[in-house]
Amino acid sequence: MSTVSPAGSDRKSDGRLEVSVLSRLRDFSFDAGFRVEPGERLAIVGPSGAGKTTLLRLIAGLRRPDRGRITLGPDPLFDSEKGVDLVPERRRCGYLFQDYALFPGMKSWRNVAYGMRSRPRAARRRRAVELLARFGADGLAGEIPETLSGGERQRVALARTLASDPRILLFDEPLSALDPATRANSMQQLDLALSESGGPAVIVTHSFDEAAVLGDRIAVLDRGEIVQTGSPADISARPESRFVADLTGAAVIEGEVTGTERGLTVVAADGGGTLRSVDRASGRVAVSVFPWEISLEMPGETPRDSALNRLAGKVRSVTPIGNRARVGLVIPQPVTAEITARSAEAMGICPGMDLTAAWKATATRLIARGPHNSEQS
Amino acid sequence: MSLGSWFGRIAFLALAVTLLFLTLPTVAIFADTTPAQLIAALGEPVVLDALWLSLRTTVVAVLVIIVVGTPAAYFLARRDFPGRSFALTLIELPLVMPPAVAGIALLAAFGPQGIFGVWISDAGIELVLQTAGVIVALIFVAAPFYLRQAVAAFASLDRGRLEASRTLGAGPFRTFVSVAVPGARPGLSSGLALAWGRALGEFGATLMFAGSLQGVTQTAPLAIFSRFSDPDGFTAALAISAVLIAVAALILLSVKLFGADRGLDRAGS
Repeated sequence: MSTVSPAGSDRKSDGRLEVSVLSRLRDFSFDAGFRVEPGERLAIVGPSGAGKTTLLRLIAGLRRPDRGRITLGPDPLFDSEKGVDLVPERRRCGYLFQDYALFPGMKSWRNVAYGMRSRPRAARRRRAVELLARFGADGLAGEIPETLSGGERQRVALARTLASDPRILLFDEPLSALDPATRANSMQQLDLALSESGGPAVIVTHSFDEAAVLGDRIAVLDRGEIVQTGSPADISARPESRFVADLTGAAVIEGEVTGTERGLTVVAADGGGTLRSVDRASGRVAVSVFPWEISLEMPGETPRDSALNRLAGKVRSVTPIGNRARVGLVIPQPVTAEITARSAEAMGICPGMDLTAAWKATATRLIARGPHNSEQS
Repeated sequence: MSLGSWFGRIAFLALAVTLLFLTLPTVAIFADTTPAQLIAALGEPVVLDALWLSLRTTVVAVLVIIVVGTPAAYFLARRDFPGRSFALTLIELPLVMPPAVAGIALLAAFGPQGIFGVWISDAGIELVLQTAGVIVALIFVAAPFYLRQAVAAFASLDRGRLEASRTLGAGPFRTFVSVAVPGARPGLSSGLALAWGRALGEFGATLMFAGSLQGVTQTAPLAIFSRFSDPDGFTAALAISAVLIAVAALILLSVKLFGADRGLDRAGS
């Protein structure tokens, strides 16, 4: 056990979080290393079972890695070589659990005050209500969690997370338990909590969109391994594998390179259709194109632009997301186009309709079907 | 299931028969005792001594079971260790042990000629034919009832809440006291009711291990049997039985009420 006490420090943003651990799980080994700067938000995205929650538990001290190091600034939280393994209560991680893990039968303010042992008893209630107020939840101070809605519970849980002055924030799927109507609001609350803390933050989610919104930087986790890191836009635009491409929500079309034509790679899509890309590749490829790169045209309509890829398809689904709409098409492989809700309405798009999907060769990524063809996709 | 179907009607009939059979003997005890007889019986020193002894010994036994059994059950429920399922089986063993066997087993272990008998008497402790012996017998037979329920209650606790407590700065002990025990309260109190009820009714092991001395080891069930053996003691036996039933029902009810109100803030304000 270490004599180093991070609890002795009152600086808020006192260090970079460095993680480099190996932990054997049932089906695979968790083997990942990354750094998070103070104030930075690292969003870890991966499918269920990729080891996301395990990662947070390792950092919080709820699970012991087989070996490696976890440090916060100069303080080791875990170091297998030096035999350091701080107990969770001394790591000061603000952990937002997926189901919030509020204490049942305990009023909201008591839940929040639970982590305030260092404060005088009399000050705890005032401070707890203060924190609740920051999340617009001071009106819930006297309620027990059982009577609260999902969104309300999250507010209370966020206030509780901040109550113990955490040095690291760990959020586990912070939006997945909420209905779509609550999410937008919750996003603001999470944002607030993250900026209040000032320390490094790690957010795990299965949704790339959530990761893109909540994280400054994204790390893609696959079976215990970080396979790609970068800014959300970066990862969207250049997924290093089909696994990452699938995760980012890009449409992936399977095909085979048939040659080059005026400097562009020509791909015959499985099931029909020819595609052109500026990327160079050969053999079997996954063609990825982002939903927002695809425009939709009525059949017979004069092409509006010089897009080289033009495939006739049938609308399968229309999913509005705020002021946008995602349109699922089969061409005959499935692709997703993202257009404004207004134009979706103007065009009267509905399932069964025939449309042409068009996008540029420059927006067409080719990913060689390498060894990393994840079976999880 | 609708009462209109033939099976629905049969199941309803089965329930009626069950309830009748289980409550009839209890009703009969009260029907057979006049209030005057009850009061007269309660005036007898033998009866009063037995009831008072039962109350004292069961309270001490139950307290010991709670203090030692609660953390033990928590450990069993929340930790994985080699031999865990074996330990769980060991705990349940006294449940299936016939009371006479329990009495013999206690004598073999802690009696004057028992394995630990010498150590115990060297330590200046007398168990056989002593009130302390009654308590030992009660703990032996009643503890499994509490432990079983407590292990189940702790095992069903949400891991996230216990972990949340740790990340919020609470050590294992505070987590146990502030999160685990309140969360397991319904299970703990129903286990408590069962164990207390079992202790109140304990007969065989107590008789064999501690004997039946009035005021010292003669608990209410032993007194009932002793009066019943008298030629004209049936009425007194009935009277003690009536009181014992009332006490047991009271305990069951109050413990259940206590357990239903889980959580710090639910009942108040």
